[in-house]
Amino acid sequence: MLIRRAERFTSSEITDEKLFLSRRAFIAGSCAAALGVGCDAGAATAPSLPPALPGTRNEALSLKEPPTKWESATTYNNFYEFGVNKEDPAREAHRLRTRPWTVQVDGLAHKPRTFDIDELIRLFPLEERVYSLRCVEAWSMVIPWVGVPLANLVKRVEPTGAARYVEFTTLMDPLQFPGQKPGLFNFSGLDWPYTEGLRLDEALHPLTLLTVGMYGRVLPNQNGAPVRVVVPWKYGFKSAKSIVRIRLTADEPKTAWNKAAPHEYGFYSNVNPNVSHPRWSQATERRIGEFRRRQTLMFNGYADQVAQLYAGMDLRKLY
Amino acid sequence: MSRPARIALKVVVWGLGLAPLGALGYWVAQDDLTANPISFVTNHLGDWTFRILLASLAMTPLRILSGWGWPALLRRLLGLFAFTYAALHGSVWILLDHFFNWGQMLEDIIKRPYITVGMLALTLTIPLAVTSTAGMVRRLGARNWKRLHRLVYVVGICAALHFLWLAKVGRREQYVYAGILTLLLAIRLGDWARRRLRATAQRSRSRTQPGRSFLRPPTGGAGHAAPATTAHPRPEAADERSHAASCSGHPLSEPAPRHPLQ
Repeated sequence: MLIRRAERFTSSEITDEKLFLSRRAFIAGSCAAALGVGCDAGAATAPSLPPALPGTRNEALSLKEPPTKWESATTYNNFYEFGVNKEDPAREAHRLRTRPWTVQVDGLAHKPRTFDIDELIRLFPLEERVYSLRCVEAWSMVIPWVGVPLANLVKRVEPTGAARYVEFTTLMDPLQFPGQKPGLFNFSGLDWPYTEGLRLDEALHPLTLLTVGMYGRVLPNQNGAPVRVVVPWKYGFKSAKSIVRIRLTADEPKTAWNKAAPHEYGFYSNVNPNVSHPRWSQATERRIGEFRRRQTLMFNGYADQVAQLYAGMDLRKLY
Repeated sequence: MSRPARIALKVVVWGLGLAPLGALGYWVAQDDLTANPISFVTNHLGDWTFRILLASLAMTPLRILSGWGWPALLRRLLGLFAFTYAALHGSVWILLDHFFNWGQMLEDIIKRPYITVGMLALTLTIPLAVTSTAGMVRRLGARNWKRLHRLVYVVGICAALHFLWLAKVGRREQYVYAGILTLLLAIRLGDWARRRLRATAQRSRSRTQPGRSFLRPPTGGAGHAAPATTAHPRPEAADERSHAASCSGHPLSEPAPRHPLQ
């Protein structure tokens, strides 16, 4: 039974939108029929598709593999601000208000500025790029992101000569992010707000995408709306979500997971099949929708483009 | 406990024991196993292994605290359910997760402590399940059988470490499970210490008043050990006896029931 199901998964494609909508309608309909009334609770939490937000496909930088199913990409998420379980973000996502929203871009810059999110989306022509997303938990997805190179934005504020790193900060608001509420057991949790960081040359790399959409649509809340970064050669947690601040710094920024477990999550966190997580192997991964594990590729398959950034570095030490 | 009540109790436990498998079957039929079905099924089976294992380990403490006899009736059944879920959990790991990639599995077992202890726990449940029948109790002898079945404490501790070591920062269920296990083991340890103290007190009393030693009430379930110590009180024999009585602990079915209600 399981195997049959898994094989069906291997031909993973984006669920046809009409089919997807009709399935939702079917669920809502059968639910209403079963209860003899409408099911408001179900209807209220059932995710509706976000509005269209197309980008011009950048074929050169796109993976030639079928994308992960939309449903999987929007219901199987790590976004601890919404909760630690994979299904928490989809369930709690409705709490996040993505308008009004501003992104403060400052620090060691000649022209620091705060951008309104709608202005940011219109500032540069949007591209679509199909990237592989490799989670540090040894699973992966193929996602068609919509965004612009982060370099465009960083250059716009003109970094000073002293700037060597970029720090990203996620929104801090326990009312919208229930996972940020202090609790009895939160002593071992992350130190909010979530911060991430890149070296300036990593941030300026053409693959690093400032992302506002996916699958030709506005980014769903559980995937980091309204704006996130996507750094495809690093483990997923390096790609900060729901960003409110981008700061240029001289020193290596403190990053959330590195602070929580420094021996497990380094600043670089490049996808590397030869360096195991202390508790599990990174040699293989499960592509969501596939049955057999795949070999994990160095830099998540982007070695040709990014390996030179790390020339001469011992990636076993600087994991 | 009357026969119908015993049967009703076992039916309930069978129902509860099979419910997680039923839920899994339902989700398979509904095509509702999340985006990562193998991981979901592995976690579901692992969670229930630990829960049922804790339930089986809770029966003796429950009897100690409440004085009821019926919890002892359920230990074997719960223990076998825990074994079933553990075996399924392990099978999913071998068959679905790694798909017979023995090299990688071996590497995981050796290099990943959480898998090492998980495998150890799974392996140790096998002799316990195999010797769970009344025939095996007879063949091994009650004493050896009890000794063997103390392995379940090792299984419980390994299971707790397995969960503690695999859980990510920010998760908390692992602490709850480990806490419950600690509590259950502490109750047994407390009971063991209490019996030991009582045995020591009685021994010193019988030394100071040797003529009255025959009045000493029976102290434990391992009755066959008692006569020797009554005649010639030896410290080590008394220790052994009280240990056997109180740490009989988890044994899936108790060969020498000692509780008045049984």
